[in-house]
Amino acid sequence: MTTSRDQILARIRTALGPPADHQPPYEHAITRTYRTTHATRTPRERTALLADNLTDYRAHVHHTTPDGLPALIARLLADHGSRTLITPTDLPPHWLSAIPPSDVEIRTDDPHLTHHDLDTTDSVVTGCALAIAETGTIVLDTGPGQGHRRITLIPDHHICVIHAPHQIHDSLPQALLHLDPTHPHTLISGPSATSDIELDRVEGVHGPRTLDAVIVTE
Amino acid sequence: MSGGTFMGMPAFPQAAKAALADTRLRANLTHATHTIRTKRATAVAELDDWNDLREAGKQIKDHTLAHLDTYLLQLEAAVTTAGGTVHWATDADDANRIITDLVHATGHTEVVKVKSMATQEIGLNHALEQAGITAVETDLAELIVQLDDDLPSHILVPAIHKNRAQIRDIFTHHMHHWGRPAPDNLTDTPADLAEAARLHLREKFLRAKVAISGANFMIAETGTIVVLESEGNGRMCLTLPDTLITLAGIEKILPTWQDLEVFLQTLPRSSTAERMNPYTTTWTGTTPHDGPQNFHLVLLDNGRTNTLADPTGRQALRCIRCSACLNVCPVYERTGGHTYGSPYPGPIGAILTPQLHGTTTPLHASLPYASTLCGACYDVCPVAINIPDILIHLRERITQGGSAQQQGRKVTVKPAKGHAAERAAMRTAQWALTHPTALGTAQRLATTTRRLHPRRLPGPGKAWTTTRDLPTLPPTAFRAWWKTRSLPTSAPAQNGRTTP
Ligand code: SF4
Repeated sequence: MTTSRDQILARIRTALGPPADHQPPYEHAITRTYRTTHATRTPRERTALLADNLTDYRAHVHHTTPDGLPALIARLLADHGSRTLITPTDLPPHWLSAIPPSDVEIRTDDPHLTHHDLDTTDSVVTGCALAIAETGTIVLDTGPGQGHRRITLIPDHHICVIHAPHQIHDSLPQALLHLDPTHPHTLISGPSATSDIELDRVEGVHGPRTLDAVIVTE
Repeated sequence: MSGGTFMGMPAFPQAAKAALADTRLRANLTHATHTIRTKRATAVAELDDWNDLREAGKQIKDHTLAHLDTYLLQLEAAVTTAGGTVHWATDADDANRIITDLVHATGHTEVVKVKSMATQEIGLNHALEQAGITAVETDLAELIVQLDDDLPSHILVPAIHKNRAQIRDIFTHHMHHWGRPAPDNLTDTPADLAEAARLHLREKFLRAKVAISGANFMIAETGTIVVLESEGNGRMCLTLPDTLITLAGIEKILPTWQDLEVFLQTLPRSSTAERMNPYTTTWTGTTPHDGPQNFHLVLLDNGRTNTLADPTGRQALRCIRCSACLNVCPVYERTGGHTYGSPYPGPIGAILTPQLHGTTTPLHASLPYASTLCGACYDVCPVAINIPDILIHLRERITQGGSAQQQGRKVTVKPAKGHAAERAAMRTAQWALTHPTALGTAQRLATTTRRLHPRRLPGPGKAWTTTRDLPTLPPTAFRAWWKTRSLPTSAPAQNGRTTP
């Protein structure tokens, strides 16, 4: 019995006819005259562009230093009125050192937590894999300081820490070179939004409605 | 609630006539398409290498299509190695059966869905309902369409034909049939409507065990699947359930991960006019302790190999479903999406539907005529599909027939019924154009009798002119005018013949 797989492959081969004799390898088959980056930027300019583009899509951007990070995180949680926080298991502990223990219950990423547990968690703090200046994008790849995907999805408030300059790349073509496709990725460009009502963008549907992007410059 | 069906839709001209009479529909569409047009142009203008990206996107897709069997096998191997299972579906029934069986095997009867053109194309929700499975649409616009038991009318924003007040009414009247009711005194501000959708769907996301999605891209070398979205409903469906079933057309493949650098730049700017859409998810098979632990990829033919066999028509398979061509189309703007009688409306629908499903029904045979051939669709298409060219090619196929491939077999297509007048006209035109004397005579005859010409053609030509006035003929035929015009200098214009 021929399977659907055999049938489809046979149909494709009939449709295409016999293959051409000399075919260039894929690396040479495509004319890639597009840019790998749209400008030459200093690290400072790159950071500024990322901040501008994130802000343009309604993320709240904050700048700080490694020393100022704990206090900033504590303040952002307080401003949001968060009572519960979830963090990846490998988040550097000092990031959370300024949070008053009586104010915020801190949970760590744990497979035993149910989705409903996460739904009653106000905020999440993570790092990221990298960020892309030209598109205003933060990339999570479940690597160090990021935890499993669901912890950055269900809570309504995401504080995401980006280290400048080394985590900030100019462009999408450059950033992709540094990502490993075998990991699951989430590319985040601003908080959740929709254009479904009269093709006009409104922020805030299912993903976190508040995105605090914290840029830490060494 | 099964949602509407496109089955048995009238041909485009009849449906369009009804749509044109709906002034609210036209106002909603004009507002939405004009908003997005300007924004798209701005987003595209930000990239000075747009044409290079467009050309590369075209070439990548063409290359992949030319080696489609090889890349599909590579993809299958990669997905399997990464812990997924690959299924192949020759047509809609095949795909519906595979997916229904997969859901049954989980023992669950509710699935959450991410917006997917392919699942609409095969009528999946209806098939699932027949099998006792409830499919919940989670994209805001899809939810609106589902709650209203309506049909999608746009690729990206299926409820584009509804304005905010209509959406408020749909939520208020129908949400409670499906779960959490709309908040009391819901207003029609977009933010409140989005909030109502968030509340309504949250419980469903948290308890969902099975999700069904489409795919924007599949990477052959790695087996990675890519989904772009805005709201986070995609992330919910792709991350929280135990089982994920993805249905994708076989043409959605890209050879390499790095190829995303082209399409992740061109797709968001072309569709929502954003530098980047809020969320893009990529996954490769299954990942221990993260996301669905059972992943099934269903690869769908359903007429795509028929399309691949046509050297002119196959470029339609480059389409990345951005919807830019809909948003600029003067015909779509006036008739809306329902008139095209398939989930693929607008210019892409006019070239894709007749190729996927043949031109034997009056509706499908009328689609290639649903265009003014103005070319705006070609200009904005991020993969440079020459839509006007394909339209003309399909018109020729419909009026004259020709050879084609259907389900792997070469067949000869007969001219479609009802296009006799056009066929006759084309033959006459061809003959007249190759017989200059006859043409001259015919033109002279036509212009001298022009007062007698009707504004509508009789007989089989009637259909063509019920929506158009016949052009009035000028008092003098061009050739006659050329012969008699007096030139400022004493050029040898005698009898219109010049001596070389
Ligand atoms: S045909 Fe081109 S413009 Fe139209 S939806 Fe497809 S990719 Fe976009």
